[in-house]
Amino acid sequence: MSKFKKKTDKGTPAVSTASLPDIVFMLLFFFMVATKMRDSSIMVKNVVPEATELVKLEHKNLVNTIYIGVPLKKWQATYGKAPRVQLGDKFAEVEDIPFFIEKFKAKIKEAQRPMIFTSLKVDKDVTMGIVSDVKTQLRKSGQLKLNYSAKRRQEK
Amino acid sequence: MAKRMENEVNASSMADIAFLLLVFFLVTTTMNPDTGITVKLPPWSEDEAEEVKLNKRNVFAVLVNANNDLLVRGEPEDVGSLRERAKEFIANPNHREDLAEMPTKAIISLKNDRGTKYETYIAVYNELKAAYRELWDEESQRLYGEPYSEDMTIEQKKKIRSKYPFVLSEAEPTAFGEEEK
Repeated sequence: MSKFKKKTDKGTPAVSTASLPDIVFMLLFFFMVATKMRDSSIMVKNVVPEATELVKLEHKNLVNTIYIGVPLKKWQATYGKAPRVQLGDKFAEVEDIPFFIEKFKAKIKEAQRPMIFTSLKVDKDVTMGIVSDVKTQLRKSGQLKLNYSAKRRQEK
Repeated sequence: MAKRMENEVNASSMADIAFLLLVFFLVTTTMNPDTGITVKLPPWSEDEAEEVKLNKRNVFAVLVNANNDLLVRGEPEDVGSLRERAKEFIANPNHREDLAEMPTKAIISLKNDRGTKYETYIAVYNELKAAYRELWDEESQRLYGEPYSEDMTIEQKKKIRSKYPFVLSEAEPTAFGEEEK
């Protein structure tokens, strides 16, 4: 015999879901803070090499990115199989780099321009020829702060 | 009937909105690793840099060819032992005649070929930078009891880096090897 009336199952949720939006908002804020809007899709094969002497780039808005690699399969018909430079969202030649840099600099306040970093995201199988051409163009444009993008290698 | 104030807003739609926003951000942003090896390039000058008279013992020449082999000071070498050799060269603890006179006079020169793989270049550069970083760590431990870090004060960093200045000269790459065409 039971003193308690058997509660009919009304289907009420056992767990209160009122805090669910809070959790989701927290995740959302995390993503808003820790990520950068992807400004362009990468059109080249881009596996960066590994290294140990890594420095984190702060001030993501002061970082100008140049991708170098072999075009992806779907672009190979028009752009070939040789490694290419991708500036922003389209392929470009090494000579287009100074203009690309000027465009980027124009978006940055005068006072912050000396702190602009150029991030070179080069695929690890690319040969040094095209990379040195890019570096020469950067030197000519006065962008001396360079960062070779790399993944962290576990120290052996 | 007294109007009872709703003391609970229906929050189910809040979750939907939040999920939508979250999915939007997941899709349109990248968690870029954005780490890498920082380098300060030398300024560009139109004319060829004059050949500075350098004492051979103060120059640590590293050559990498299109086959990704290393030639360190004229002899084949392996990337693994590069760090130790560079450290020994710079610090020259035993005052050997063939190594740098003083760390402040030590110069590392790096020359690639246009056909050298970027991966190899980064591995070599990484080892050379690591050699300096380890020397800075040791000096920092000696002076301040903690490893070298970018967060130290400018005077502290200056003191350590002036003892072991990072001088790495990169030459124009040679064009002997085949570039990936």
